[in-house]
Formats: sequence, C-alpha cells, structure tokens
Amino acid sequence: MILALSGKEVAAQLEQQFPGSIIESSENNLLAKSESLLDIAEYLKSSPELDFDYLNYITAVDYYDYFEVVYQFTSLKHNHSLVLKTRCYDRENPTVPSIVRLYQGADFQEREIYDLMGISFNGHPNLKRIFLWEGFHGHPLRKDYL
Amino acid sequence: MAIKTEPFVLNIGPVHPSTHGVFRMRATLDGEVIIDMEPIFGYLHRGIEKLAEERTYTGVIPLTDRLDYIASMSNNLAYVLAVEKLVGIPVPERAEYLRVIMAELQRIAAYLIAVGAFLNECGAFFTPFLYMFREREKIIDLFEMVSGQRLLYNYMRVGGVSQDIPEEFLPALDKFVREMPGFIDEYDRLLAENEILLARAKGVGILTKEMAINCSVSGPVLRASGVKWDIRKADPYSIYDRFEFEIPTGEVGDCYDRYRVRIEEMRQSLRIIEQAMEQIPSGTVKSEVPYLIRPPAGEAYAHIETPKGELGFYLVSDNSIAPYRCHIRAPSLMNLTVLREMVIGWKIQDAIIIFGSIDITVGEVDR
Amino acid sequence: MEVAEPAGIYVYSDTELDRAEGEAIESLKAHCQQPIPDPDEWLEEEVRRNILLTSIDFMLNWARRSSLWPAICFPACCAFELIAANASRFDLSRFGMEILRASPRQADLMITAGTLTWKMAPQVKRIYDQMAEPKWVIAMGACGISGGIFRSSYNVVPGYNRIVPVDVYVPGCPPRPEALIYGIRMLHHKISKGRAIEG
Repeated sequence: MILALSGKEVAAQLEQQFPGSIIESSENNLLAKSESLLDIAEYLKSSPELDFDYLNYITAVDYYDYFEVVYQFTSLKHNHSLVLKTRCYDRENPTVPSIVRLYQGADFQEREIYDLMGISFNGHPNLKRIFLWEGFHGHPLRKDYL
Repeated sequence: MAIKTEPFVLNIGPVHPSTHGVFRMRATLDGEVIIDMEPIFGYLHRGIEKLAEERTYTGVIPLTDRLDYIASMSNNLAYVLAVEKLVGIPVPERAEYLRVIMAELQRIAAYLIAVGAFLNECGAFFTPFLYMFREREKIIDLFEMVSGQRLLYNYMRVGGVSQDIPEEFLPALDKFVREMPGFIDEYDRLLAENEILLARAKGVGILTKEMAINCSVSGPVLRASGVKWDIRKADPYSIYDRFEFEIPTGEVGDCYDRYRVRIEEMRQSLRIIEQAMEQIPSGTVKSEVPYLIRPPAGEAYAHIETPKGELGFYLVSDNSIAPYRCHIRAPSLMNLTVLREMVIGWKIQDAIIIFGSIDITVGEVDR
Repeated sequence: MEVAEPAGIYVYSDTELDRAEGEAIESLKAHCQQPIPDPDEWLEEEVRRNILLTSIDFMLNWARRSSLWPAICFPACCAFELIAANASRFDLSRFGMEILRASPRQADLMITAGTLTWKMAPQVKRIYDQMAEPKWVIAMGACGISGGIFRSSYNVVPGYNRIVPVDVYVPGCPPRPEALIYGIRMLHHKISKGRAIEG
C-alpha cells in the first residue's frame, strides 16, 4: 500500500530546513508559500529518506477568493506519497514558480493550467496555450467564465 | 564539396492515417533526421472537466466513458472509486468481483487495439489489426450481454455496478478464457521473430529509466523501461490483493519491449479473470445509495491502472449535488511528455512507430 | 539523481503560425453560427426525362454508389465503430468501401466519426474542400448531428452541418455498425435518385 505521509511530520522537517515556508499542515496535505515552493520541491526530491522522484499530478482549483495549486508526489522506492498545496490570492495575474527543471512531467500540466485557469508559471520554457487556440479570450475553467 | 542545407519543417497534420486520432506534430527535419519536434493537441478538447461541474455525481459517469473511449470500463471504475472514497460507501463482494472481471477484460480489449495499431504502423498493413478485431468482437459480445452497449458502457455506478450479469455470461466467459491463450500464442509465433518487426522496433526510441520516472510516465511504457511499478500491486484498489499475477517488465525500453510487455500483460489478465471466475460469490450488485449523492465537503484522489497507465480522478466537493472540481489525471498526456526526447535523432518513419508504441488516445489527452 | 536539462527552447516553435491559426478559427466561428441547409432536393417529385438521359443517369449513379471511398476524418469514439464496420464481422467491403483513403482528393464520401471542436473545424472544412465533386457527407453519431453530450461546451461545434452540408444523419452514441450500414444504404438510395447530367 502506498502510505500517505502525514503532512504534520513532513512540515516539521521542512520548517527546520526552510523556516517560515509552511503556512499550515494537516493529516492529508501541506500548504506552503508559493515563493519557497521550488526550494521545498528540490528538498523533497533530493533528501534520501523522502526521495520523492515521481510527480503524480498538478492541478488547480478555483475557490472564489484564491486559486489553489495542488501537487502530489510519490516515491517509488519507499512507496509513500505526499500532497503539497500552494495558494495565490491575485485574481488578475496569478503566478507560481514552475518546477519543470526538477520534474519534466510538469511541462504539459503547467501549460494546461495556464490555458484553462490563467495561472502563469515563472521559469517555464514554453508557456503558451495548449488546448485552446492563441487568441481565445478568457480562461474557461475559472468559475466566472460565462 | 559541402552541400548547403537548412532545416525543413514538416507538419504531420491532425488528420493522418493512423488510428490514434487527431494529433499534430511539427517536426523540424535536417534531411530526413528529426532535430526537433513539437506536439500540438487540443483538436478534441471538449471541456469534460467543465461539463462535469454542471452534472450530478452519477451523471458524470457517461462523460467519463468518453475519455479513453477504447477502455471505457476502466474510466468508469476510476471515477466511481474516487466518489466512493469521498463519501465512504462500502461495495458488495459480488460487485467487486464483477468490476475486476470487467476491468481485466477491458484491458485485454484495449491491448489488442494497441498492439494491432502498432503493427499497422510498422508496415503490416491491416492484417494483424483485423486479426485483433476478430478477437475483440468476442469481448465486445460479452460486454453487450452485460450492459447493452458495444463501446461506451456506462456500467459502473457509485456503490457497485448497474446491473447483474445474465446466466449465459459466465459460460461464454469460460469459453473465451479457454480459447484466448491459444490465440495469443499463435500471434506470438507468427510475429515474435519476424525480421521486419525486429529491424523496425528493436533499439528504436529508447526510454531510459531515469527519464521515464522524471517525466511521470506510467503504464506499459514505464514497465518496459525496467521500472516494476503497477498500481494493482503497489496500491491495491478494489480486491486486487486477493489475486496472484506477475508484472512483466522490459529491459531496454525500446518499442519492441513495449510491444512484448503488452502481450505478456494480456496473459496475466487472463490469469486474473480465471481466478475471479472461481471465487465470485452471489449477492447484491449495488449498495443502497441515495438518488442524488451529496458528499461531505472535502477532496479525494483515486487512481487505477488502466491499459494506458495511471488514471486518477481528483474530486473536490462542497456538499452539493455536483462536483466542485473534477480533475482528470490523464495517462496519455503524461506519456506524451517523453515523445520529444524519444524522437529526436530518428527519421520520420521511426517517429510514427515510436508514437504508436506509446499508444495514446486523443480523447484522454485532450479531455 | 541528476537528470539532463530539457532540450532547450524549441528550435521551431512558431507563435506566428499559432496566432494565424487562432485567427482562422475565430473567423470561422464568427461565420458559422447558422447551420447549412441540407441538400434535400431529391425528395421532390421526379420529373420525367427522356430515355437517353435516364439510362446514362442510371449507369452513372450505379457506378457512383457502388464504390464510394470514404476519406479519413476520425476525431473520436465513433471512429472505432467505423473501423469495426470495416473489419471482418460487419464487412463494408461488400459495398465496395474497404479502402479508407488517406488523401481526400481520391475520396468521395466523408463519414464524420467524432466530436467536432472549433479548433478542428478549419481542418475539416479544408478536407471537405479538397474532395472532388460529386461528394457526400454522412454525419455519424450524436456528436455529428447536434454536438451530442458535449453540446454546451465552449469548444464544441453543435453539429457538423455548421461547417459542411450533410446528406445523411446516423443517430447513436456510438451507432452500431449495422446502423452505419443502414445509413450508407440510405445514401445509396439517395445517389440512385440523383441526376448525373443536368438536362
């Protein structure tokens, strides 16, 4: 069985490494500040006892006040997984750092979130629309589209 | 004397004679060798995630059928598992066994198309494809007995399956399971040592283990690169921990390995179906759920192993009758991330074979 | 674990071409808001014509309907029922249609097997324009007739008859191969009532 790691334990470890980067943590997930996202992801990937080498998915949810970007990582060797979240409160121009340099599987998924939700990813080499055409007005998956 | 050359851009357009659907590649060629490739999709983007927010939880099940339309039972199963995780509904034993039988039969049917289309692109113009379709028609007859439909079944429900199997299903399934290994062996004998297949597929499009894990690849493509990761064993859902089966892996990660992994997995699926047929109990096939399901506020992610890879549904609910957000983790989209690295350095013909061996379904890529 | 950098920026990732494609799609979307009326003049009463023209009509119509060659236009799920209709159980080859022509210049029938999206619509129109006269279109499946289960989506064209004129509609989701063959037979009846030479 894949063990879903408790957010609280990993939060304690991450607070030691990067103080002030975790906003809250619960049993199921971990909420981090978007500025420290890249450091946290690099630590999760390179630390030997966590060793999260497989990115399951990236998705974004539109709660009316903020956007929440959700990541799930799995370690194939230790057979455990972790859910990491971050929020952006800017409605006009939300930006989140991109983790394409660490996990290449994030490439198409970040482009999809940009296309359908409008969240830009800093550091993505080719951020353009993937499903809809250039010149499409708006971002369909937002709650205030049509 | 040096010849002046310049790169040439070729558009392998959305409409092309392969069965994988409307997928477009813009390849930059130097002579005949590809030096860069950009995949363009979205020609079948129907907005399923947005449509799911307007339908009730049970009403999303026909939408999930249309994702990977070759393996419709698996899509239904993944979605229904996610809703059950969100609400916490137990599933009766008979329904679990029926789900496993349907999922494994669907896996065989989808692998038949994958292998047939791959060989079609290798050059065996339609002959193995039609052989595969002959066997697939037998599986489709079984599904038609159960659900009334040939392609998009809408069979699973939250809390079980929609209806029980008729009496003639199990004898027909028994007959199929007894004949199928002979067919796979005949197929293997005809093709495993075929010179053309070996020349075109061995050593072509090699995917290393590290690249596969880093690019979030899953399914037979990951297993052919040597990673022994199958969600049925690593994170067993439903009742897969009661069955004995093996996970075939490849060594090199080329197109031939992906082909062999699919053939071996068909044999393992038949093993699972035999065990499930012996153990199936009697009972109800659906537990009591209200007509309009209203889960408590929260989120859930459930993933299963489909013929294409790891399909997952991430559901967010806000205590209303429709999902607040339904995200689909599509295996075909993830598997396409490696296409560019695998194709660079090969010629156009090899690019088509590599693309065919990844085996995508555009309905799932584009959703 | 060190992984190589992704292979840099694309050598040829042409945003100008993408933007041109986007403009083509937007202009097509603006022009195609009304459905094209179906070509159904053949339903009117037959006019008596002289014996020479009717025999030539008869021969030409027989030749045309006996070997319709479909063009490849396979967006989505209905494609698999079309391929199953072509396979050995429901044989389309007995109607002379076993060749699925990749090049639309050599085809005379377009069976639209799948959902049409606005992004794909200019390409389908281009394929239809490339086919030589006489040509026919069968709209297969619910998505082809009216957009089907996806009708209210932002990217789906509500029916192929916004883009091309449709001769026969085959309902179903997906239609069984027998239903598709029935639709093809209806198209044969329509062709046999057509007038090959005007006069």
